Amino acid sequence: MRHIISVLVENEFGVLARVAGLFSGRGFNIESLCVGETLEPEISSMTIVTTGSDSILEQILKQLNKLVNVIKVTDFQDADYVSREMVLVKVNAEERTREEVLRMIEIFRGRVVDVSPRSYVVEITGNEEKVRAFLALVRPLGIKELVRTGSVAMMRGEKVMRANDKQSKGGSNGEDVLRK
Amino acid sequence: MTSGPGATNTVTGIATAYMDSVPIVVFSGQVNTVLIGNDAFQEADIVGITRPCTKHNYLVRDVTEMARIIKEAFYIARSGRPGPVLIDIPKDVSAALTEFTYPEKVRIRGYQPTYAGHPGQIKKAVKLINSSKRPVLYTGGGIITSGAAKELRAFAERLSIPVTNTLMGLGGFPGNHPQFLGMLGMHGTYAANMAITNADTIIAVGARFDDRATGKVEEFGSRAKIIHVDIDPTSISKNIRVDIPIVGDAKNVLRRMLQVVEEDKESFGGAWDHAIADWLRQVERWKTEFPLSYTRNGTLKPQYVIERIHELTGGKAIIATEVGQNQMWTAQFYKFLEPRRLMTSGGLGTMGYGFPAAIGAQVAYPDMLVVDIAGDGSIQMNIQELATAVQYGLPVKVVILNNGCLGMVRQWQELFYEKRYAISVLECVPNFVKLAEAYGAVGYEIEHESEVDRVLKKAFANGRPTLVDAHVNPEEGVYPIVPAGAALSDMLLV
Repeated sequence: MRHIISVLVENEFGVLARVAGLFSGRGFNIESLCVGETLEPEISSMTIVTTGSDSILEQILKQLNKLVNVIKVTDFQDADYVSREMVLVKVNAEERTREEVLRMIEIFRGRVVDVSPRSYVVEITGNEEKVRAFLALVRPLGIKELVRTGSVAMMRGEKVMRANDKQSKGGSNGEDVLRK
Repeated sequence: MTSGPGATNTVTGIATAYMDSVPIVVFSGQVNTVLIGNDAFQEADIVGITRPCTKHNYLVRDVTEMARIIKEAFYIARSGRPGPVLIDIPKDVSAALTEFTYPEKVRIRGYQPTYAGHPGQIKKAVKLINSSKRPVLYTGGGIITSGAAKELRAFAERLSIPVTNTLMGLGGFPGNHPQFLGMLGMHGTYAANMAITNADTIIAVGARFDDRATGKVEEFGSRAKIIHVDIDPTSISKNIRVDIPIVGDAKNVLRRMLQVVEEDKESFGGAWDHAIADWLRQVERWKTEFPLSYTRNGTLKPQYVIERIHELTGGKAIIATEVGQNQMWTAQFYKFLEPRRLMTSGGLGTMGYGFPAAIGAQVAYPDMLVVDIAGDGSIQMNIQELATAVQYGLPVKVVILNNGCLGMVRQWQELFYEKRYAISVLECVPNFVKLAEAYGAVGYEIEHESEVDRVLKKAFANGRPTLVDAHVNPEEGVYPIVPAGAALSDMLLV
């Protein structure tokens, strides 16, 4: 099962390595991983696309939560969300096919961001299905190169992912817990 | 420890602590900040190297961060599920000056361990226990870490439920208690493994379903509903799917569970005793049918040496073990009566762990008797620490069960590899008595059963670092044994 997971982390050095190392060390799969700053500059958001059975996903979510630098983990599975990925595609644009390529770009609301006598660089943004459909159509015309950003995702509606402190189901913080 | 090789030499110890939830804070030296990444002399990326085997780690890049980081490190190491934390300090940062203000409080946004168990889950668990007829408690190192031995005992005694311990859990329940089944797992007792296999309810507390404890996972407690209490959510439903997870501290949760039981006295009265009576009789039969045993035949048996150590110390010594047969025999035959009397490398299985651990314990408890039960193979992993024991006048006792081989490996080769004894026979074993003397420690030898008491008494009373070389019967194996990958009920008993 394919899952999109959003991870809010402290924007600190080495955090990406901790997350990536967790996935490789435990044999979890990463399809894509996308990192950037959030509204709060000291917090970064990672969007990870991964696959695995329910029990593996449960472990992934728990293991991510266990990392000290991870503030919040959200699995978009079963949530109402939008996701987008941007892809740059360098496609063949020979005399014979130039027009057809342009037509497809228009249908998919893509943009040509670079033109040369024999190729276009095309920017396509969309969800996974749209990107997949576009690539399937232009592949026969010849794709020279492909670069993808990986997906980012967000809840629909007014709901936001806040970096509230990790919720503890009881117990207090600080030294007092050690003197219980 | 120092940068580079000093730091990398510590990795095995850190990984050992990580597996067994031992709280330690490690300070490592690092090259100057400007040299980091330049392959400088004695440079190693120890933060990168230890990332997967620490609970957390830090590189201090500015001396003003130092106090906060040290405060956080000790807090993280000791709270929640304890573990190792490493702080890497570059040379220039350690030499820099700053105003020292130690923070009062720790605030880490992403770190909030859960101590109290969910009340609803606790109620559900007690209800499940009440409906069971064949319950068993399977408890691990979490009991000792959380200081829950008293609560475990109260809970187990109130409900008359038999208790089995993991290796790390030994001492969490008294080894001489009538409800105690002994250790479970690969070298567990017949009674413990049969109880787990036939139970209808397993109450796991502070244990993590390690493969050495579970055997073939598909058959572990396959007739049982499982309740799992653990402070680390990742331990729950990792190896075996459980029915009622309770994230929380063992002490808190056990105390709460007992309260819930007491609030429902009726359900846990005579009807309860009646419901589990058959089961308790069955468990008793298993215990008497195949107790742990060994044959005394005039040769020096390692199990006998351990039993005598127990007898002569009244079960009150701090015992460390190395890894292998010496460790399993200790787990089986030294009946640990209270928590924090056993130090052993359970998860990582680090040979060479016992002697340094014993030295550390002796530093912390100068007036207690500390004994490292070792093998001739594993003692040689860190035997240079004799110098430390002598230098600091630490009267640690090392009892080597010397069988001239890496006994556990040899035993597997005997049982599962057609007696092809590859690499497991040590053809050059040093003269340990002379070696001890060369370091300025004391060395004794035991050749025969009849000498055991006399030599051990002398060793325990001499007030000096002492190495006892006991030449045990090399043919002796650890039994029962569950072959790797087999179900717990498929034990070889002899």
